[in-house]
Amino acid sequence: MSFLTLSLALVFVLIPLILTKTLNLGLGKDTIIATIRSIIQLLAVGYILTFVFESENLIYIFLMVVLMITAATHNARKKGASIQGITWKLVLTFIIIEIVTQGILIGFKITPAEAQYIIPISGMLIGNSMVLSILFLNRFTAEIEARKEETELILSLGGTPKQAIHHSLITSIKASMIPTIESQKTIGLVQLPGMMSGQIIAGADPVQAVQFQLLILFLLLTTAAVTSIILGFLSYPTLFNSRMQLVKWPDKNNDPA
Amino acid sequence: MNTEYAIELENVSYSDGPLKIIKNVSGSFRKGKITSLVGPSGAGKTTLFRLCNGLISPTHGTISIYSKNIQEYEPTKLRRNVGLALQNATMLQGTVYKNLQLPRSLAGETLTEDEAADLLTKVSLDKDLLKRNVGDLSGGQRQKVSIARTLVNQPEILLLDEITSSLDRVSTNDIENLIEKINKENGVTIIWITHNLNQATQIGDDTWVMMNGELIESGPSSLLKNPENEKVKQFAKGDFI
Ligand SMILES: Nc1ncnc2c1ncn2[C@@H]1O[C@H](COP(=O)(O)OP(=O)(O)OP(=O)(O)O)[C@@H](O)[C@H]1O
Ligand SMILES: [Mg+2]
Repeated sequence: MSFLTLSLALVFVLIPLILTKTLNLGLGKDTIIATIRSIIQLLAVGYILTFVFESENLIYIFLMVVLMITAATHNARKKGASIQGITWKLVLTFIIIEIVTQGILIGFKITPAEAQYIIPISGMLIGNSMVLSILFLNRFTAEIEARKEETELILSLGGTPKQAIHHSLITSIKASMIPTIESQKTIGLVQLPGMMSGQIIAGADPVQAVQFQLLILFLLLTTAAVTSIILGFLSYPTLFNSRMQLVKWPDKNNDPA
Repeated sequence: MNTEYAIELENVSYSDGPLKIIKNVSGSFRKGKITSLVGPSGAGKTTLFRLCNGLISPTHGTISIYSKNIQEYEPTKLRRNVGLALQNATMLQGTVYKNLQLPRSLAGETLTEDEAADLLTKVSLDKDLLKRNVGDLSGGQRQKVSIARTLVNQPEILLLDEITSSLDRVSTNDIENLIEKINKENGVTIIWITHNLNQATQIGDDTWVMMNGELIESGPSSLLKNPENEKVKQFAKGDFI
């Protein structure tokens, strides 16, 4: 595909722009910003990736992963603003996800230790982990508010913080994992996963594309479970003090966005 | 542990941000006695109980349980020994049995069905309620289950927050008798909050009157009948027939 044909594809941006104008949806500005941002960001990534792949230097792979983790943390932290030290908790979660998944992939020689594999897979997994974190933090903060009385009841009867928060924690971990599991049930029936579609369009053997996609799906399941559980167990202790009392929250758990 | 007082408060204050909820309260609760805690809504009675159970800590001052600073107790042990029946009788979703088991399961133990049935009998509830869902209980039944649940830990000090507020005359009598029985038979120190001044005078050995975060008056229960303090006079007026 040439840049000329790609610019013709901008027609698909015009359609929503005209629709939002005629229906007065007021989304014109956002649509334009989103379009421009995606053009700049993706093109930049494209050139950076070409450079990284060609240089074959591990330090660039490392820097790319650091960049991904930074961006993912920045996005997710707003949802957990009421949880103390949420930034480093997210960073730690993403690092663990990256080490565990790449460790298994490369350790068992499932994928080669090359930038071409490490970077896109890391991107998908950290991105997924970010979405999971946001889902988890949203639900967890809501559960804690809603179950405050139950939590205090358990504490008042001599329960530990872990016992008092157990129900909220499990509910939030489960709830954040459901979309991942549900979407995997219907996958291939309704929509072909993006990566697989991409490979097929680029001329890869469909069966091989499927194999790769399955690998990614399994990785996504692991990511989902590991993300919520790590984040949950890192987060709950900050809700209590050393006297096993529920710490009062600053009223900033609603994200400004 | 042969001190005279179960709980002593020394210049205890509690603030929530700029809001002063408990203001410089000093006083004590006699060991093995029943103390009635009265005062208008918002006086800080529930907050005082939360302080004594260790759910919150004083911003200033010290609370001592059996002459030992409350901060020196291991929180879970403290809360088992200073049992609290919450004002709103919060329940876990599920059966009455599950709720009665809660204090035990938190300690990694189990409460047999027989033990649970005995507890229900103790608070004048039918054993058949054991398998009932707490959502189907009446307000009064919930309060009784809540008391029974607090008793599971066999606390030496018992804090009861308006446990008779939604009970009828007969049930209130049952609970009043239960309070006196637990106190006499097991020597449990009981502090209970009530809005009924007749009840406070009859059941309590001692009375505390709180208003607006302050301890206005304390002493033998008869004080409510002939209060010296003007504010207490106003508060008690019309409550005695
Ligand atoms: N967690 C809290 N956060 C902020 N304010 C609180 C909190 N708990 C209690 N208060 C305030 O503290 C004051 C005392 O409340 P408390 O519940 O102790 O009163 P009370 O004497 O038990 O009243 P009632 O008879 O209505 O139960 C009230 O003004 C209440 O609004
Ligand atoms: Mg109260």
